[in-house]
Amino acid sequence: MTGLQIAFLAIAAVTLASAVLVVSSRKIMHAALWLVLALGGIAALFATLEASFFAAVQVMVYIGAIAILIIFSVMLTRRVMEDTGPQNTRYWPAALVVSLGVFGGILFLFLQWPGFSVESRPGLEQGDLLVRFGQALVSPDEFVVPFEVASILLVAAMIGAMIIARDPSRK
Amino acid sequence: MIPLGWYLIFSALLFCVGLFGVLSRRNAIAILMGVELMLNAVNVNLLAFWRYLWAPKVDGQVFVAIVLVAAAAEVVVGLGLIISAYRRRNTVVADEMDMLKG
Repeated sequence: MTGLQIAFLAIAAVTLASAVLVVSSRKIMHAALWLVLALGGIAALFATLEASFFAAVQVMVYIGAIAILIIFSVMLTRRVMEDTGPQNTRYWPAALVVSLGVFGGILFLFLQWPGFSVESRPGLEQGDLLVRFGQALVSPDEFVVPFEVASILLVAAMIGAMIIARDPSRK
Repeated sequence: MIPLGWYLIFSALLFCVGLFGVLSRRNAIAILMGVELMLNAVNVNLLAFWRYLWAPKVDGQVFVAIVLVAAAAEVVVGLGLIISAYRRRNTVVADEMDMLKG
């Protein structure tokens, strides 16, 4: 076991444990805070994959924006679901069976795939990688169209969310 | 080095935890949190495949960037809808959001 492997196992264990708490906490606010920890663990995993850009983006976009947005929504809608009453549907055992079944199916497919135990990584130069990533996003013969479509999607989502969430009693 | 399979098993587990949250929670915001976990599992998977099988090229990272943008748009619209439904119906329980207009 190398140090990197031990670090991976520790991060993965923390992330999975907080993910389980996200879906099982009785208090929705606690679930939102556990979600922050899970997202942080995933950012650390991105760092172990040498995707430093996405580790930083994960912290800024997910922890900095999405998690805060979720916490705001929890606070705005708080008094409805006081932390009494059941938090899960009556059918949660069926949900558990479905999830375990999906995991079993995925695992079954993985174990048949020969690339499953690949350990070697191709060489990578970080600075060069970021430059080429940035160029690929705006170069006309690469990904400029998906990039612009994504920008339009973001603007549309932002405007749509503002219109949808507007107070209906005010004109 | 970490075998690729570890990342794949981790992301499969994370995906299934998120799936369980989506299927079992009653609070609509908690359902969205489950969706977030599933999207993050997909991103871990994409980046792991990129790093082990595709690395010097950047195509895989572009996929991850698009998934991130789609996830951000999804959560913004989802929370907007939940807050709007809460204002009109005073509930965030998915079972009770059952009217087209009201």
